[in-house]
Amino acid sequence: MNGARQQVRAAWAICTKDLRAEFRTRYALSAIGLFALTTLTVVSFAVGPLFLEPDLLSALLWVILFFAAMAGLSRAFVHEEEARTAPALRLAAPPVAVYLGKGLFNLALLFLLEAIIVPLFFAMMGLEVGNPGLFLLVLLLGDVGLAGVTTVVAAMVAQASARGALFTVLSFPLLLPLLIKCIEGARIALTGGSVAAAGSSLGVLSAYAVAMGTVSAMLFPAIWTET
Amino acid sequence: MYRLVLQGIGKRYGRLRALQGVEAQVESGEVLVVAGRNGSGKSTLLRIIAGLTRPSSGAVLLYEDGRILSPEERRARIGLVAVDVALYGELTARENLAFFAQLRGLTLSATDALRLLAEVGLAGREDDLVLTYSSGMRQRLKYACALLHRPPVLLLDEPGANLDAAGTQMVERILAHQRQHGLVVLATNDPREVAWGDRVVRLGEETP
Amino acid sequence: MGSKRWTDVGKWALGVWMVAVLLGAFLLDARRLGTLGQGARIIFFHIPTAWVTVLALIVSSVLSIRYLARRRREDDRRAANSAGLGILFCLLATITGSIFARITWGAFWNWDPRETTIFVLLLFYAAYFALRAAVGDEETRATLSAAYNVLGLVVVPFLVFIAPRLPGLAGLHPEPIVNVRGEVDMDAQALLVFLASLVGFTGIYLWAFRLANRIALAEERMNALEEAVGSAAGR
Repeated sequence: MNGARQQVRAAWAICTKDLRAEFRTRYALSAIGLFALTTLTVVSFAVGPLFLEPDLLSALLWVILFFAAMAGLSRAFVHEEEARTAPALRLAAPPVAVYLGKGLFNLALLFLLEAIIVPLFFAMMGLEVGNPGLFLLVLLLGDVGLAGVTTVVAAMVAQASARGALFTVLSFPLLLPLLIKCIEGARIALTGGSVAAAGSSLGVLSAYAVAMGTVSAMLFPAIWTET
Repeated sequence: MYRLVLQGIGKRYGRLRALQGVEAQVESGEVLVVAGRNGSGKSTLLRIIAGLTRPSSGAVLLYEDGRILSPEERRARIGLVAVDVALYGELTARENLAFFAQLRGLTLSATDALRLLAEVGLAGREDDLVLTYSSGMRQRLKYACALLHRPPVLLLDEPGANLDAAGTQMVERILAHQRQHGLVVLATNDPREVAWGDRVVRLGEETP
Repeated sequence: MGSKRWTDVGKWALGVWMVAVLLGAFLLDARRLGTLGQGARIIFFHIPTAWVTVLALIVSSVLSIRYLARRRREDDRRAANSAGLGILFCLLATITGSIFARITWGAFWNWDPRETTIFVLLLFYAAYFALRAAVGDEETRATLSAAYNVLGLVVVPFLVFIAPRLPGLAGLHPEPIVNVRGEVDMDAQALLVFLASLVGFTGIYLWAFRLANRIALAEERMNALEEAVGSAAGR
């Protein structure tokens, strides 16, 4: 068995398995999507008639995305534990493949969420993006970091009680640097700044995603065993 | 040739002592029965052998032709059927099989999958969601998933749970087949299933 | 026990030392305190508590890494004890800092970079203890909280790096007492008191840490004893 290829294959199997199950039950996606939609509506009603600075708008967008993610991304592991399928998965798949597969699944959920919420946000706020390419790049890097961290935290939370509240409580301090940089990057993109102008944000976001992803993957085998 | 050795296995959950000093061994061609009343730690012992749970003391050694296997190698050689380990309800039986085959790096052809499902008596229901299965059918599917990679070590926790007479016969067939290329560890309370064993280890007899 | 006597001596020495630090901090001639005058006296307490916060959290993370490597229960216990002291000193640093901020900048809280960092640290360790409270099994609790601690250790550098660039918030903190060029920007007597306080607070941390570890160990032994008695009675 050649190790790395088999890891990737197993990770892909886990990701597609979760996506298939998700499309049949639509549990996580409806939780995340409805949460985001509700918040977006509230925000839009509250600030509709006002003209907002890009600072505030990019902060609002990321606050909506963050809390929507908190509503559904723990599902990846919590459901495995609740349905008692986790032991079968532990037995059949290498731990790093589980982290990778679940991370990819959470990333896919974030993409789906943003595909709906971001255009709606711009439409409701009557907003135009100065630099769409940069905006997407910030979104992409932010999603990778967000998925990497929420996946490892979800695996922890799945083994604890009071999961819903704990997931947000544990994720927030870890994600704060990411959120700050995403808001900053989005602001630069909204005002039409160049990629070079957002260089420091993009750099920190990339470094954050790489560092947190690597450390999470290293910690994961210890987290992903029952005791 | 496989040999499984349990050396002084102990497990504590905080103040609770689930297992203490369990010693046993079993070789290819044999069935080891783990017996004991409810709560004596049978399931815990099987989980420890599978590598799902870390023992507080002692060690599990699996020899392949005299060589001790690493935990990762051991994981690849184990098949587990247990009441408290479920399969994916949102997937069909065939998708479950295909998923576990992919995880283990196997290629499973459609005919192989159908044959395996027919062997455990699920012919005709292959493409139904497992959610719609009865508990007996789920137990049968667990056998198919556990045998998928022809594991030399088969761990059965309450093998007859939820099974009808035909199901019990199926288990007997599987045991007979497994003896030819590997070993079985089986946890049960049922006297008839205890009789299947070549060796028996009884848990929880020393403490009240 | 010889070590017992030395701890007693150390304890008393620490007490005397801290009294001297207190006297120094409050009796030092105000003209030696620079432009901030009387208000600057809080520096003698604010910076040492902030330093001990950082020290306690580093110790906690290192012990967590060691727990993951060796899986010994005492490492987990000590990591938690140090994190607990870290929270305590973090609170003290936050309170003294916000009093200082009121005096010098006019408001108790300004979201200055260092205020942001210390606030996130508070949140992080509150989350750490929330996680510990939510896991019943001892070994799982130890593993998960150690892993979370390590994740926190990775986040801190990002926090420190990005904080000064928060939009619209330039740092309000004065230049560090010992600045990047290695020059010491403080009156010699004031510096002496400051360094003595730094040493004293570190001593208090070490003493409290040792004490907490001994209490935890005693509790564990008592539990083991109770269990042994219980199972003997049950027989």
